[in-house]
Amino acid sequence: MKLRSFTIAARCGLVVVAAATAFAQSGNDEVHALQVRPNVYMLVGAGGNITALVGADGVLLVDTGLARNADKVLAAIRKLSDKPVMYIVNTHFHADHTGGNEKIGATGSFPTGGNVAGDLADVGKGAEIFAHENVLNRMSAAKSGVPVAAQPTETYHTEDLRLSPTFHFGEAVQLIHIPSAHTDGDSLVYFRRADVIATGDIFTPDGYPFIDLESGGNVNGVIAGLNKILDIAFPDFRLEGGTMIVPGHGRLCDIADVAYYRDMVTIVRDRVQDQIKKGKTLEQIKAAKLTLDYDPRYGTVPGSTDRFIEAIYKSLTQKK
Amino acid sequence: MRRLIRRWAVSVSLLAAQAALAQVDFSGEWAPRFHEDQPERVPGPELGDYLGLPINEAARMRANTWSASMMTLPEWQCRPHSADYIWRGPSPVRISQEVNPLTRQVTAIHAEWLRSIDRPIYLDGRPHPPDYAAHTWAGFSTAKWEGDMLTIYTTHLKEGYIRRNGMARSDKATLVEHWMRHGEFLTVVTIVTDPVYLTEPFIRSTDYQLDLHQQIPPYPCEMVQEVERPKGDVPHILPGENTFLNEFPAKHGLPAAAAMGGAETMYPEYRKKLKTMPKASPEAAKQ
Repeated sequence: MKLRSFTIAARCGLVVVAAATAFAQSGNDEVHALQVRPNVYMLVGAGGNITALVGADGVLLVDTGLARNADKVLAAIRKLSDKPVMYIVNTHFHADHTGGNEKIGATGSFPTGGNVAGDLADVGKGAEIFAHENVLNRMSAAKSGVPVAAQPTETYHTEDLRLSPTFHFGEAVQLIHIPSAHTDGDSLVYFRRADVIATGDIFTPDGYPFIDLESGGNVNGVIAGLNKILDIAFPDFRLEGGTMIVPGHGRLCDIADVAYYRDMVTIVRDRVQDQIKKGKTLEQIKAAKLTLDYDPRYGTVPGSTDRFIEAIYKSLTQKK
Repeated sequence: MRRLIRRWAVSVSLLAAQAALAQVDFSGEWAPRFHEDQPERVPGPELGDYLGLPINEAARMRANTWSASMMTLPEWQCRPHSADYIWRGPSPVRISQEVNPLTRQVTAIHAEWLRSIDRPIYLDGRPHPPDYAAHTWAGFSTAKWEGDMLTIYTTHLKEGYIRRNGMARSDKATLVEHWMRHGEFLTVVTIVTDPVYLTEPFIRSTDYQLDLHQQIPPYPCEMVQEVERPKGDVPHILPGENTFLNEFPAKHGLPAAAAMGGAETMYPEYRKKLKTMPKASPEAAKQ
């Protein structure tokens, strides 16, 4: 039992390390805010990107970065608003996106009332944390080591979850579940009025996608997620601007950037599929250098190319 | 003290005025001239023609596996040429100046082509955005005067192409331009540096002529369903399966290896090497 618990903890740690390696986290961890809309900001440098919706009564965050950067994230938020963090949305469970949940969430509060507020003294304290149900399942697993205060408080198991504009600073926030993509609990977060999509790690334009197979990820889910973003997003003149896309890691993007990335992932998937049909083994496929044309752009982190090819191969050959 | 500051301010203003006198006005309607590289620029380059491009293996594979059908995808139908390539396209350009009404200094120059978007070029000393800011087709351009020549530095470009046959230019590339005006002629030198796909800076010059009667009309674009295909399908050619690559060298009597480009194909010495290389077979091109 102890061995099993060590294995699970080690696996969780490996996922964080792999994710951090895959996306080449900056060493200095300075957190910067980039204004995307009058009320929406992208915070970079905390681990995974964070999207901040700033309202008159409080702040909604999509993801919270690494735990070690929580104070820096809070400092960056304080420059945008003196209101509490009322809501957190997690795009998936990895620690570079949920690590700040506990500390940042503890500084916040969310509105509640009626009988509930009278019956429970601590209700309304701390930010409300939204995520897909599978995020809670993974973070609350006995051996995950994630404290209860960092776990989602509100989950959904359907195709989407729509957060009421009444409470969310006039913004209609839609969580859209993409099954089996980067993990099995991914959500796109669509700010419908601001016209901004936070993608989590389904879209990481700085490198090949990191597909967490052990947590239910699959390359076809990543492609489905990218196509879903293209379905929702609407470009402005000449395929530029319009819906703005905050990726899980990397720079601010728009629909054209997602299209380039979707093309790349689809083309590499097709090449691996072709090799599988020809009876090639994983090692033969890795040796074939099928991503030579994309490696200088997306495969600059050592090992990321092989990891990507392996994830595609296993995605396409695993028994359903 | 106030008098000193006033004198200093007057001196700075005079210096600025002198700098302004050294500037050339590029404003006007300019029409492209196609005496240079016409086959590539107007009808379009042939497939598999990478001659004279300082590309690496990655760029070559990217182009060899590119399918022109990609441009029928709704996501790509309205894509304009990027700032570095648009000079080579068949589009007239309108250049205008943005002037500070108080100081009468030119703070920005705008270039707007028929088939592209407005491209501001800032002269007011503003910094380039951080690396996590969005990239655009025009990129982010700042400029300085070097005598009568305007030198422009552009970052934050979206991915584009250096030749319209699938030869990609990455979004990590930067662009330096030199604009030179000689009467009614405008010569633009573009220098593309791309750490992803180029082994050397890629330098081209292009000429435009002042055209006082030119008008640039609106050029709207709507995305439509051009080809019926399964959702999510992305056209491409599998590595090693492009049957069109030999057509270009066979048609022009060139060695197949020469058509695949590379930095050495840019230089005059390469002509000697060409004579020692076997030419592409027309029969192979028919297969």
